[in-house]
Amino acid sequence: MTAVHAAPPRRWRGEGLRALVWLSPWIAGVSIFFVYPLLSTVYFSFHRYDMYTLEFIGLDNYRYLLQDARVATSARNTLWLVAVMVPATVLFSLALAQLVIRLKAGVGLLRTIFYLPSLVPMTAGTITFVFLLNPGTGPVNQVLAWFGIEGPDWFGDPAWSKPSLTMLSLWGCGQLTVIFMAALLDVPRHLYEAAAIDGAGPWRQFRSVTLPMIAPVLLFALVTNVIYALQYFSQAMIASRVASGVTDSAGSSFSPGYPDESLLTLPQWLFHVGFRDYSMGYACVLALLLFGTSMIFTLILLRQFRRAEEVS
Amino acid sequence: MRFVPLAVAAALLSSAALTACTAGKEAGPSLGAQPKPSGSASQAVPAATIELWHGFSTDAEVKAFEDAIAGFNKKFPQITVKATKGVQDDQITQAIRGGKAPDVAASFTTDNVAQWCKSGAFQDLTPVIRQDGIDLTVLPAVARSYTAFDGKQCTLPLLADAYGLYYNKALMKGDEPPKTLSELTELTKKLTVRDANGDIKVAGFIPSVQYYENSPSHIGPMVGAKWYNDDGTSAIGSDPAWKQLLTWQKELVDWYGYDKLEKFRKSLGDEWSAEHPFYKGKVAMILDGEWRNAMLANDAKDLDYGTAPLPVADDKPGLYGSGFTAGTVIGVPKGAKNPQQAWELIKHLTTDTGSLVTLSNALRNVPTTKASMDSPDLAKDANFKTFLDIFAHPKTSTLPASVNSVFNQEVFASFITKWEKGSVPDLDAGLKDVDKQINDKLKLSGG
Repeated sequence: MTAVHAAPPRRWRGEGLRALVWLSPWIAGVSIFFVYPLLSTVYFSFHRYDMYTLEFIGLDNYRYLLQDARVATSARNTLWLVAVMVPATVLFSLALAQLVIRLKAGVGLLRTIFYLPSLVPMTAGTITFVFLLNPGTGPVNQVLAWFGIEGPDWFGDPAWSKPSLTMLSLWGCGQLTVIFMAALLDVPRHLYEAAAIDGAGPWRQFRSVTLPMIAPVLLFALVTNVIYALQYFSQAMIASRVASGVTDSAGSSFSPGYPDESLLTLPQWLFHVGFRDYSMGYACVLALLLFGTSMIFTLILLRQFRRAEEVS
Repeated sequence: MRFVPLAVAAALLSSAALTACTAGKEAGPSLGAQPKPSGSASQAVPAATIELWHGFSTDAEVKAFEDAIAGFNKKFPQITVKATKGVQDDQITQAIRGGKAPDVAASFTTDNVAQWCKSGAFQDLTPVIRQDGIDLTVLPAVARSYTAFDGKQCTLPLLADAYGLYYNKALMKGDEPPKTLSELTELTKKLTVRDANGDIKVAGFIPSVQYYENSPSHIGPMVGAKWYNDDGTSAIGSDPAWKQLLTWQKELVDWYGYDKLEKFRKSLGDEWSAEHPFYKGKVAMILDGEWRNAMLANDAKDLDYGTAPLPVADDKPGLYGSGFTAGTVIGVPKGAKNPQQAWELIKHLTTDTGSLVTLSNALRNVPTTKASMDSPDLAKDANFKTFLDIFAHPKTSTLPASVNSVFNQEVFASFITKWEKGSVPDLDAGLKDVDKQINDKLKLSGG
């Protein structure tokens, strides 16, 4: 039996070309801003590249990944943020939203107060937080001292540094709180009335009515916050640098992630390797690792998101 | 979906084309390629406008630099120098890579010299140094070493920094500055003041490497510690001097109590402001650079202080008088459009005695040539002279150039931070691990 490869009709070819023309802005955008950087990253990851010279070194950068102790440290720190900071922020925002919608008066004022920290520039907010929690001069420890409590070295003690960052995250959760408030107010009141008639208490109502109804919003919050945590960079870097007291001047050496690398996240290490050490080839390997990890997390969460949408 | 392969092909082609553009461009002729001008050199150099990038930023610093350039313009009126202030190494790197390099670039740090020399990002000055018959032995050997790498003299020292001890005379109450680490410990304990809770109110000397200028490279010369072996691998784990230094340092940190010391350190003012704890009498002795003299003159005029070389290991008294030095370096980046004129400016700024003295008097940095250090025009009060002597001392050392200089210093500083906190159970094993990290990175960087 002879296979027959018929040429596509001329009309189809014309449509294909027309589609290509219409899609060309998208193709150009994706090529320049996604495909090219991604392919370049893969290409440079096989090279020794100090931003001046380029030398092919095969898999050496990938082998070094296994020797680099800071990769494991930064991955652990990033996972801590995903496992602790993200749920804490989401739950705190949800609790705050529940509280605010139940108030009879002053809702608008409280909503504004809770939202205000979101408007503070991230850098200013982080620096302020570190100063407030300074063990020597910060007001928080001074107030604790009035009650006979010796406050910890918040951003200087590895055991406290990540919880301190989590506090910073909770402080700035206004945006998420407003989203949750909208979702909670969207739940039909008659469902609660029906549940109450059936004898459901507040916890049962929350579990059987509120949660299923806001599940898509909850998953959206989780997905965006997990992605955000995987890319956590600025707050950790600023807090680390300010808390260390080391000035960023020419010739001064500063190990990222102070104290004891407890605030070292993967994006920070990537930046440091690339733009402080100029080991661009190895930085590309770290970028691919981060890209892969983010993709896996995102795909898993998106699948859950779709399932929840189907259920609701 | 016939357009998908086309889209992918277009993306691949554009990637290939763009990737090909990232390897850097060379815009100008290389240094030494042009013939040496005949006749009077200053008149024979063609007219040009050259760009100079430097890191100085305060009004006084910029004015001093402009004065030095004015001296150059008298010699070369046909060359106009366009200076850009406050430039950091990252900007220089990006400019070279993007083919927009200035004709002359100066850096406050020597950390990138090896990488610049190795990669050719800064041009080798050796041919023009030879061509003009410049004798580099007018510079101390240590200054030659931190400006060159692998036989390439790709930068020259513009001004140097030397590190010594500053002490507050009122707090010292007549005690002489310490000459050995034991004396430093003894005096630190004597001068430290605590309140009823044991919190530190005045520290004699802060031994932590996290404190301002106490970086490993600055404190290493106190025991004559060695960073690298001849083959460029780390000597930190094998040189007993580091162990000696870190043992001394940990004992003093423990005497303070790590938590108490950290609480005190974090309550101190900014290193670069008038709130510096030394100015305020909160720390009696500090390790610092010669440039602190100028800052003290501006911000703490009434402070009665003295300077001395850093104390040294008790069993190495011969080291006393030496210290750490590094400094501002200047060179011609790859791609400079007017390398010939750029070299004339560098030659003037780095070897002309008048220019170096002008800069040194204004910036209070150490001038680098022997003639400028001996110049009667150089302002030499007793506190500044200490640093001139440290710079000229034969045992004064620097951090040898390495392609991973920044990484190596960070790894070691990070280790010492853990050590002083008490998180390192075995010092020898920890130092060996520092060696391993440095050597693994060296291998990755191609030596």
